[in-house]
Amino acid sequence: MTFFVLAIIFWLIAWYLNVKLSAYRASRLPKILAPVLFGMSILFIWEGAIESFNISPVILPSPSSVFIKFTISVPILWEDLVQTAFKGALTGFIIGCSSAFLVALVVDRFKFLERGLLPISNFMAALPIVGTAPILVTWFGFDWHSKAAVVTTMVFFPMLANTIQGLQMSDRIHKDLMRTYNASNLQVLLKLRLSAAMPFVFNGLKICSTLALIGAIVAEFFGSPIKGMGFRISTEVGRFALDMVWAEITMAAIIGSLFYGGIALIEKVITFWHPSQRGRA
Amino acid sequence: MTKNFFPIISILCFIIFLWYIFSVVLNSSWALDKAERSSKTLTFKELVADTWSQKKPKLPAPHQVFSEIWDTTFNKKITSKRSLVYHGWITFSATVAGFVFGTALGVILAIAIVHDRATDLSVMPWIITSQTIPILALAPMIIVVLGSIGFTGLMPKAVISMYLSFFPVVVGMVKGLRSPEILEIDLMRTWSASRSQIFFKLRIPKSLPYFFTSLKLGMAASLVGAIVGELPSGAIAGLGARMLAGSYYGQTIQIWSALFSAAILAATLISAISLIQRIVLKRMAWSG
Amino acid sequence: MAEHPIIEAKDVGLIFQTDDEPIIALKDVSLQVNKGEFISFIGPSGCGKTTFLRAIAALEKPTAGLLKVNNVTPELARQARTYGYVFQAAGLYPWRNIASNIKLPLEIMGFQKQEIKERVRKVLDLVDLTGFEKKYPWQLSGGMQQRVSIARALSFDAELLLMDEPFGALDEIVRDYLNEQLLKLWKSTEKTICFVTHSIPEAVYLSTKIVVMSPRPGRIIDVINSELPSERPLEIKDTPEFIEIAQRVREGLRLGHSYD
Repeated sequence: MTFFVLAIIFWLIAWYLNVKLSAYRASRLPKILAPVLFGMSILFIWEGAIESFNISPVILPSPSSVFIKFTISVPILWEDLVQTAFKGALTGFIIGCSSAFLVALVVDRFKFLERGLLPISNFMAALPIVGTAPILVTWFGFDWHSKAAVVTTMVFFPMLANTIQGLQMSDRIHKDLMRTYNASNLQVLLKLRLSAAMPFVFNGLKICSTLALIGAIVAEFFGSPIKGMGFRISTEVGRFALDMVWAEITMAAIIGSLFYGGIALIEKVITFWHPSQRGRA
Repeated sequence: MTKNFFPIISILCFIIFLWYIFSVVLNSSWALDKAERSSKTLTFKELVADTWSQKKPKLPAPHQVFSEIWDTTFNKKITSKRSLVYHGWITFSATVAGFVFGTALGVILAIAIVHDRATDLSVMPWIITSQTIPILALAPMIIVVLGSIGFTGLMPKAVISMYLSFFPVVVGMVKGLRSPEILEIDLMRTWSASRSQIFFKLRIPKSLPYFFTSLKLGMAASLVGAIVGELPSGAIAGLGARMLAGSYYGQTIQIWSALFSAAILAATLISAISLIQRIVLKRMAWSG
Repeated sequence: MAEHPIIEAKDVGLIFQTDDEPIIALKDVSLQVNKGEFISFIGPSGCGKTTFLRAIAALEKPTAGLLKVNNVTPELARQARTYGYVFQAAGLYPWRNIASNIKLPLEIMGFQKQEIKERVRKVLDLVDLTGFEKKYPWQLSGGMQQRVSIARALSFDAELLLMDEPFGALDEIVRDYLNEQLLKLWKSTEKTICFVTHSIPEAVYLSTKIVVMSPRPGRIIDVINSELPSERPLEIKDTPEFIEIAQRVREGLRLGHSYD
């Protein structure tokens, strides 16, 4: 009980600190400290509640047990990571996004295609594409290939829509200027429209990075060889080994954030000129 | 709208055309094997006819999928376990239940974030980070855990749908509630408007476009959540369950019909939101 | 040897087909612009001055009449890169630094690397922005961005400079300074300049010829040849000769119902 009470006290102190901190608009410290304090209080309350109220580990494991399980299961976690995140998600992400980008370039060239494909593509992006997993398993087998196929389908449509929108972003003034230089279509594409499209392209890539990992994991719920994050989660759930499940989820969270963060970093370099990257927005 | 009609229809027709061709290609090996085993040779016409009417095709032809949907929707009793309406209803109810709660919670949290800086600084980064985490991976665990303390059926699936729709709504509403320009807020202040007056008369109307956009995202996420939530419980009811069962027994037509029904369900729900959006914005006489 | 006028317009008409009803942007516009002149087009919104400039640039097509640039059609002139265009907004690419922005037309037109470098250096010097090569557009003020835009238009030795209210978005003090700089530039480069503006003092200060236009339909009301000396410090705006020309412009605008 004492731990729980201490945790509650910590949370209240943290809240008070956060309120005080938020009054400081000038420094960057509150922005980093506040969420950290909040996160820590949640963890402490979680740990305290488990201990003090004797919550069964079959319902909710404590953060400490998850941490321990994580550290002793690194080989298995790594194997699952390679299977799901690298072979399944990453492959699908690369194939899906690059093909969507190329199709967008073709569609951009032919207005007829754009008017027909864009509404269909927006429609497809809203569908539960994860449901194609069982079908793709019958075509590509149980292994990571079918998962990569699911991911490819999932990321294709959002990426297509974002790229097409990005290509339309060039201002009229910039296009007129190109006409006064008598620039060819290819020159306009390479020198103007691709660069102007980059903010949208990266927005699409960030969305797709999240979708890719989710797609690969959930696709494994529909069937998978004896490795992979989705596989591990569903089997360990079946055995009520929830600490392992949380360890897998923690790793999924870490890899998802790294994936997203990596793209955001590249975005900062390539679209350094965009107001959102200059901290003006 | 109408000028897009012809391109859309022609591309759809082209897709269906390609679909039929691929059916022939993908199903032909099975057809040829079968013919070989009974020492028959097939003419091209017979081959094509066969590939379009197999019981467990690798790629069902469009008419096979649609006749299955028609059959299981209209020719079965609604309470029957084989009725698509029954399964569709299961998925639909979990989706909508979760969606309503997720949206409500999302809006409340967004309001708190916009009005209280402490909440904004401490919680918002976690909300944004959560978008990079594959939350859907928690679905099996939630189903099983809630099941073990006695919550089965609709409720655990609705819980999954709820927190999946929660995040897009929070992010979208925060953006929307913050969308008024400083100029507009200052103007209200010169009229000594209170915070709640600014909220109801300025922030809410301005946030409506963002609201509807995130509703659509939330609805799509809800549906996926409900479907995935049907998988762990041994796959008995719902569209997701039907897909999984179909894949266990090799009933590919069943999988496709369930998938298409889920697609139709998604389209219907999202169009409903679009319709409400148009009515509301029209009443506000706003093209925003 | 009789030199042909650099721009020749005879009864030029331009009608825009819109959803509501056709708009007569230009009607019976006839004008001759000789080499080396500085022509301003002034009039209220809708009088067709920008449309006419765009027609010269082959960004719009006349629906009637004859329009020749450098003795060929505007389209051929555009393909021969006869002119440089300066828009109301600087239109610089934010992902390129200043030098790179000026290089843009040169890259497209296929100039050699070494020559490009030399030209960039030369035009930046002309607009007094040496040293800003590596800066990015958002680091420059509005006035400086427009100077870069002008430098860019000068970089490929076009004979004709078409400027559409280039200083419209800037405050008056910066505008006066840039007007002075533009005149100096015009004298040293000996280009022909067509300049669209809303401002009477600006039109009178800069031009050798002022074309007053009026709307509905867009047409020319008056063409005024300016007798002002070629040396024009800003103080010339207070002289009686200046004011007289300004009055004549204003009369033309009234005649065209611009103040109604």
